[in-house]
Amino acid sequence: MSSSNKKFVYGIFNDDDVVLDAIASLRAKGLKVKDVISPFPVHGMDEALGLRRTRLSICCFLYGMTGCSLALLMMWYMNIWDWPMDIGGKPSFALYKNLPAFIPVTFESTVLCAAHGMVITFFLRSKVLPGVEPHIIHPRQADDHFVMTVQAKDDAQVGQIHSMLKAAGAISTKE
Amino acid sequence: MNTESNLRLPLILGDKTLHDITDDVCRPIEGKANKWWWLAFTVSSAALIWWVICVSYTFGTGLGVWGENKTVGWAWDITNFVWWVGIGHAGTLISAILLLFRQKWRLSINRSAEAMTIFAVICAASFIIGHMGRPWMAYWSFPVGNQFGSLWVNFNSPLIWDVFAISTYFSVSLVFWYSGLIPDFAAVRDRATTKARKFWYTILSFGWVGSAKNWQRFEEMSLVLAGISTPLVLSVHSVVSMDFATSLVPGWHTTIFPPYFVAGAIFSGFAMVQTLLIITRKVLNMEEYITIYHIDMMNRIILITGSIVGVAYLTEFFIAWYSGVEYEQYAFINRATGPYWWAYWSMMTCNVITPQLFWSKRLRESVFATFIISIFVNVGMWFERFVIIVTSLHRDYLTSSWVMYYPTWVEVGIFIGSLGLFFVPFMLFTRFFPVIAMSELKTIVKSSSSQAKKKKMAQSPSPSTPINHE
Repeated sequence: MSSSNKKFVYGIFNDDDVVLDAIASLRAKGLKVKDVISPFPVHGMDEALGLRRTRLSICCFLYGMTGCSLALLMMWYMNIWDWPMDIGGKPSFALYKNLPAFIPVTFESTVLCAAHGMVITFFLRSKVLPGVEPHIIHPRQADDHFVMTVQAKDDAQVGQIHSMLKAAGAISTKE
Repeated sequence: MNTESNLRLPLILGDKTLHDITDDVCRPIEGKANKWWWLAFTVSSAALIWWVICVSYTFGTGLGVWGENKTVGWAWDITNFVWWVGIGHAGTLISAILLLFRQKWRLSINRSAEAMTIFAVICAASFIIGHMGRPWMAYWSFPVGNQFGSLWVNFNSPLIWDVFAISTYFSVSLVFWYSGLIPDFAAVRDRATTKARKFWYTILSFGWVGSAKNWQRFEEMSLVLAGISTPLVLSVHSVVSMDFATSLVPGWHTTIFPPYFVAGAIFSGFAMVQTLLIITRKVLNMEEYITIYHIDMMNRIILITGSIVGVAYLTEFFIAWYSGVEYEQYAFINRATGPYWWAYWSMMTCNVITPQLFWSKRLRESVFATFIISIFVNVGMWFERFVIIVTSLHRDYLTSSWVMYYPTWVEVGIFIGSLGLFFVPFMLFTRFFPVIAMSELKTIVKSSSSQAKKKKMAQSPSPSTPINHE
């Protein structure tokens, strides 16, 4: 972290199991594996790279609670407080009395806010947005190749990383 | 890690590598459309133009151009609305409920089924807007503060529940579908050879590269979206059914409507998926991805949901008799033996009898039989909604108001046209979007593809289970 060196070495792999083994062996040798770009989500990658669990689902829950509360507040204000109507002998006197009839809209609003809130958070947090220029290291990284990013401590280590990546099963390496 | 019994049939045939999958899925996007595509597209476009003409005529002249009258206020409009919404349900079932149940066979079909959902819900919404008569006032159904008499919408009304249910369902399905498309757009972008394709797919893919953290978030998001879409999809058709069930009309005022409508929706939705995919897999050469096994699995769902629907029909009849309410009893006798008997018996034949043919493994695995039966189910489910709506209304409490309802050419035109409204975007989807969720499908290459099974057989030959995977 303190190192100001931003020299990255990329190892190109063509098999997900080889990548997972390579991460373990390179990390055991003290190398800093920054990231792996893969064409599909690889099972076990999070653990191999030591990624922390995403908090996206917690966000989703909070957005859902917000949607739920806003819907109830809206219906209470509109139908109970501001302009109560008596339709078909079914007056709107109190929120708790109308609650059964308010359940569907409450539920739909909860889902609406939870889903859209989570997806927008995902886009912003992952910087996946229209107009973003993709960082393409290998032309087949979304096809069948896997790109491992290793951060070098200093320039002297770069050459060593190249050979270590090759030894771990990389089909090619680049800087 | 990636182990699966060899007794399970492979989900990807033809010994595909990861690169083969990318090639096969991108081929329709990168190649030229064949003449079958152009033929289908031309016919669909003609239908769409017809839809525009009929809808414009309706809006310009008024709802009087339809066949509705004082007694029958809902007919083809709401029949078509419920039919289209129901069709949409299979897409969400495949992408959400089957994801929660970890059914790997969903992977080759979820993308096109979700596309079907989106376009079907658009068609459904068009009938809601259409039946309002004055579509420029459609926004009155939203809770906007208005000056038309300081009235808010009535949240006790199922029609308002429906506004919320359909709009939530549409927008959530859309983001679920689109977020799944992003990694596949990135794959198309990275191998684009023309400038235009590179430009457009760069925009569509939102700059996605599959870094480990992004994939982790992506998977979490898919799982949670599936989790909340599951009750959502069940709620949508329940709410649609409450448009009827909360009224006091004999034939509508039925407590079993929510589960009965949901089962019917999944039933008709899977039939439409079969109709579409049997053609799509042929035209786009996707037979190795959408295999006979996939078709078989969907036919099993059609069989079970069709049986649920059949039991619901019989239950309705029994309860009408058991309730002792004369009006309720008459509504059902009138359905089966009244002037609309032919609609009722078409429904019974198509929805109750034809799916029972799927007890036969041979028919379940026959592409031709599946296609024919799926058409029967589509027709039968349309008749179900027609029967529920029109036969319950046309003879109400006052015998002096008893009438018959017949559609006009405008209503027929809007319905035929709505098929164009559905097929035009679907045809474009098959040309410009990856029709198979390739990034997801690639995760099962090592466990469920034909070469993985062969490899496993070679490693641990077990003579007790000789299976030919070809």
